[in-house]
Parts: sequence; structure tokens; C-alpha cells
Amino acid sequence: MYEIVAKREVAPNIYLIELAAEDVAKKSQPGQFVILRLDDKGERIPLTIAGVDLEKGTVAAAVHSVGRTTKKLAKMNAGDSIMDLSGPLGNPAEIGKFGRVLLVGGGVWCAPLYYVAQALREKGNEVATVAAGRTKNDLIFEKELKEVSNEFYVATDDGSKGYQGLSFLKDVLKTQKFDHSIAMGPVVMLQTVTEITKPYSLKTMVTLASIMVDGTGMCGSCRVTVAGETKFACMDGPEFDGHQVDFEQLIKRQRIYLPEERMASMIHEKLGGVKRG
Amino acid sequence: MDKEQRKHEVPMAKQDVLERIHNFYEVALGYTEEQAVAEAERCLQCPKPSCIQGCPVEIDIPAFIKEIKDGNFLAASAKLKEKNSLPAICGRVCPQENQCQKFCVLGKMGDPISIGRLERFASDYEQLKGVTVPPKQESSVKGRVAIVGSGPAGLTAAADLAKLGYEVVMFESLHSTGGVLMYGIPEFRMPKKIVQAEVDYIKKLGVEVKTNYTIGKIFTINELFASGFDAIFVGSGAGLPRFMRIPGENFGGVYSANEFLIRVNLMKAYLFPEYDTPIRIGKKVAVIGGGNVAMDSARSALRLGAEEVYIVYRRSKQELPARAEEAENAEEEGIIFRFLTNPVKFLGDESGWVKEIECIKMELGEPDASGRRRPLPIEGSEFIMDVDTAVIAIGQTPNPLIQRTTEGLETTKWGTIVVQEETGETTKKGVYAGGDVVSGAATVISAMGAGKRAARSIHKYLMSKNGA
Repeated sequence: MYEIVAKREVAPNIYLIELAAEDVAKKSQPGQFVILRLDDKGERIPLTIAGVDLEKGTVAAAVHSVGRTTKKLAKMNAGDSIMDLSGPLGNPAEIGKFGRVLLVGGGVWCAPLYYVAQALREKGNEVATVAAGRTKNDLIFEKELKEVSNEFYVATDDGSKGYQGLSFLKDVLKTQKFDHSIAMGPVVMLQTVTEITKPYSLKTMVTLASIMVDGTGMCGSCRVTVAGETKFACMDGPEFDGHQVDFEQLIKRQRIYLPEERMASMIHEKLGGVKRG
Repeated sequence: MDKEQRKHEVPMAKQDVLERIHNFYEVALGYTEEQAVAEAERCLQCPKPSCIQGCPVEIDIPAFIKEIKDGNFLAASAKLKEKNSLPAICGRVCPQENQCQKFCVLGKMGDPISIGRLERFASDYEQLKGVTVPPKQESSVKGRVAIVGSGPAGLTAAADLAKLGYEVVMFESLHSTGGVLMYGIPEFRMPKKIVQAEVDYIKKLGVEVKTNYTIGKIFTINELFASGFDAIFVGSGAGLPRFMRIPGENFGGVYSANEFLIRVNLMKAYLFPEYDTPIRIGKKVAVIGGGNVAMDSARSALRLGAEEVYIVYRRSKQELPARAEEAENAEEEGIIFRFLTNPVKFLGDESGWVKEIECIKMELGEPDASGRRRPLPIEGSEFIMDVDTAVIAIGQTPNPLIQRTTEGLETTKWGTIVVQEETGETTKKGVYAGGDVVSGAATVISAMGAGKRAARSIHKYLMSKNGA
């Protein structure tokens, strides 16, 4: 069992949780993920690591309560325990001494992006960060990201805060030169960012959270086409060169279980669960 | 017993085919006490038994059969456990027809003794009555051994080393122990309750189990040594799925057999939405491949409600690598075999879901390196199969995590770890390996045999290291 040591709401329906897992904390690096399972009927879900506390022996992750498991997790509190936590899995994000780095984070992903931003600054990079969300309610870690960044922008799809959408980045890229870029967020946002950076040949690394079961290379559920070749996000990634990713295919694969997810939420939330005779 | 009786095995009851295709309960029902005794009575108790040479873990077969014949079922189980820590598993999934039973002299004039069924009977009897654990022996041996992977190889090595008195810690990457016995082999062939009972027995021998530890990630092999382990056994299996590398393979509805079986067995997707992990099947399912994993996938798909399930295999029936019993069960349940057929590409609908497979007919040419006749495509014979789901069951390769993170550990071009066959010694001092990570995907029992040999050589290594 792995105890939830702390939990706080960082935006409506978005929570930052810290889990006691000393061995995992010691090995975690920015860009890696953990897989957790809440109870013995639970599914395994990947969450990108948002930081560690080596003194407390904890691993942090941000959770947007939208699916069956994340909603259940959102209802748990500090002091409760989850059944399984495995990690760190996947490869760390490449943290080089690049020079000027553009970071784009979407919603809940701003938490793991902050972990990446800290590491980039420690390496001596200059960082310009965009915190993005669908609405202003989806923005998290604005203060932290602003503090760690040399430049900071906010953008929302509906324009409720900061720039409307990400197209302002085109102007930024016209006037400023960047040496590297990292985007973490929903797949559609990642695709948008790579389309914006492509004309400027700005290398853009994207962290892919494709559907996973084991997270160790066994199932192949997370497969994604990169530069015409099938890769496993869990083993070969999760960070890939965004200009090489087949986003159309990935978006379709992300939707594989939508009907089942809808059915499960209906059964559990509206009908009060499964009854077996 | 007259000669005629001696010739024929006592059959084992199976769940009725019309019922079993709708549930995940075990198909083979096992012997009753009377049936077990009757079958045991057929044994000739050869003074120089040849069956034992067919057993990779060297069970004293006539001795345990004699105990069953005399009605001493618990004594029979104890006899099995002297050599085999997982008899309830072996009794179910060993290919006995190619091992012990192949050497039984009764096989020359009729049916060989059903050694596997008797093994299963004795160990199930013990599980029912309550498992007895041998008292911990005062031992002079000292040492800590790490076992990487809790599948058949790891469980066997762990049990043997714990019995010798070593401190044993077993690391498992997934959330439950048993490896392929849990994630791969379906409930209807290998009930998970039975696996967990065997794992519990091994824990009672004193083995500490750490689940959710992916070695190669959370600790490297060198870090395990640094944390105080004196020897390490790697039994990390062949967990990486092989794909066909043909167009359309990434459409929704195209599963690796690993994903399909992990969802069904480990995550219990057949009980969705009571359990949270989903799976989608549709009406027509094609499973590509002809091994046990293909049979397991096809039979699972049927139980999940598919209307038509096909096995698509590029060679003919004679070359099927699956156990004959499994292929027969599949056929009996209504699985449709498409022999001499090979997929060329998958075609999908607009949403990215697979809807058709383009296949080509094959013919058999000259024997290839494996000694089997090589399948060759017949030009112009392409045709289309309508499907909702495709499962690719053409084999697995070892997970490279440990190999990639361990300096000095030699591997082959297939990614398997190089060892001395008899001892399981790798090219790195103190590191031993066995099972599928060495052999490539093979059987449960051959992995157990490798675990046993490695445990023996780890013992020898630690004795000499300690100057005994």
C-alpha cells in the first residue's frame, strides 16, 4: 500500500497528490511517469511525475478528475492509501544545456512541466514558458512556472485569461530565437504546438501519454508511429520529437475506449455500481 | 487388474462445451479420488523408471503415484514438492505428452499413465486440505539472493534457495506475482486462485516478495549488489510482444496477444465494468498465430462473446506449435482454423478501427532452419476477411530493460541473455539467468527446470564464496 501523504486542490477538479514511495522518489527524474492502481478492481493508469521530496520520500503527481479512476482518486484524502504504485517508468526528458528553451504546458500537465523547467534552469538554460488551458479554470502552477521562467505567458482556448489560443506563439517565434522546445499536454495541444514550431525548425519534444496497461513494454497498447516506425511510448518514450509523430493516428488510438469509459461512468455514477448475483 | 484395463487411461471430465464457451471457469475438472486411485493402479512401478528422465525437475514419479494408489494423497503431494514447488501448476500446463509420459512404458501398448492429471490431483487435494510448510531448517548457509521476476523460473529458484536457508527477496514488476501464469495463461486453463496458493506456499518458505519493482528502472543489477545481495537470478521472461510489421497494424481493435491477455487475465476485463479495465471484442475475431498463446487468445475471445473466432496460421495443421490438447479444445469449442493463410495488411474504417484483413494463401516449400516446411505465398491468392478485432499472437521477445542497464551482461542478437546451459551462469559474476529471458518464449516447465539448475549453482557459488 502507498499512502497519500498530501493532497491539495490546485484548480477546480485538479489535485496535486503526494504519495509515499521512497524507492521510487530516489530514482525519479523529470519526464518519467508512475503507474498506479487504486484497489484490487482498479485499472492501471500512468501519471507523469510532478516532482519528488527526498526527505519525505514522496512522489508528486497532478490529477485531473475526468475518468473513472481519477475521479475515485480525487475523492481520496491524505492518510488514505492506494494499492499499487510502480515507477519510475519511461525515459527521463532530455535535459541538456540547450540555451533558450520554449516550454508549453496544457492544464494538469503544467505540474510535471514545472519539474522539467526546474531541471532546465539548473542546467543553465533560459526558459520561456506558456501555461495553457481550455479556460482560466484549467490553469495550474502559474505562480511556480512564472518564478522559474525568464519569460512567462498565459493562454486559454476561450480567451478567459491571457492570449486566446496558442497562435500568439507565431509572433513570439518570429521575433525570438529558441534552441529547444518541450510541450506537455493533451495530444491535440501537442499537435498544435508542433505545427506552430515546424516552420521555424524548432526542435519540439512532446511527452505522450498514450493508453497504457503495464507501462513496461509488455502490452504495446501505447504504440505510436514516429518517423514512420512503430514505437512504444512506455519504453522508447514517453518523450518524442513532435515533428515526427503521427498525431492523426495517435488521436484515434486515444479514443479507442471512449464508449466503454462512458458506459462505466454511467453504471458507477448513475446506477450505483455493478451488482452481481 | 487385467491387461485390457491396464491399456486405457482413466479419462478426465471436462466442462460441457456448450456451457464453457460462456464462462471463464476451468475447462478440465480434474480426477475424483476414485479416478485418481484407478489411474495410479495402472502404473507398473518399473524398477528402473524411464518416466523420470522426461521430467525437467526430476520428480520421483513412481513414488508419488504409489502414494496415490495407497490412498496417501498428502504423502503424494509431499513427494512432489520435494522436487517441484509448483505441482498444481505443472499438473495443468506441462506438455506431459512430450516429457514424462512420452517415456512411460505403458505408452507402447496403449495409453501412458496420465502423470500430469495425477500430479494435479495430489496437489489440488493438498490445497483443499491446507498446505503444510516444511519446518524452517537450521542452516549454516549465509547469503542474500535477489530474484528478478516472479514467473515460473523465479518462483522455482526462490523456493529452492529458501529451502536451502538463504535470505531470498523476489522482485516483480507487475502488481501481482506469478508472471505469465497470471498475465498470460487464462483462468479457464490456469485458475488464478491456484497460482496464488502456490505463491503463498513460496512466501511461507520465507521468500520476501516486492511487487511493483521494475528492475532496470527502480534498481539496476549493480545497485542490487550494492544494497547487499550476494547473488542475483534474472527470470524476467519474454514479455515483449512481436508485431507483424505490416500496414494498418496500429488501427484500433488490433491487439498484441500480450495486451489482449493482460487485459483479460491480469486486469479481469471480462468482468468490466465491475473491474475498471475495458476490452472491446465485436463479433468477428481473427487471431494470428498457431501456438498456445494463439489458442488462449481465441478461446478467450469466444468467452467474451465473439460470434466467430478464427485462427489464422501460415502453415498447416501438422505444424501447429500449440499443444494438441489445446488445439483440440479450441476446435471443439468452435474456433475456425484458417491454415496456410497469412495476413498482408489491416484495413480500417474512418474512426481508425480495423474492419478487414487482407490475407494471402500459402503453400509449404522446402524445410527451413527449424526443420519445418517453409510457408510460401501463392501469388494472386489474396482475399479479404471481415473482422472487428485482430489479435497478433506470433511470439514474444525478452524485455531489454535489464540487459540495457547491466554492463558486462552478454546477450544474443535476439536479446536473450547468454548463460552456461547447465548452471545458468551469465557473463557477469554472481548473476544467473533462466527461463524465457534465456531461451526465448518456451514452456513453464522448462523455465522451472532452469530456475532449479540456477538455484543449485547459486548455492555452490555462495558456498565457495563463503569459503565453505
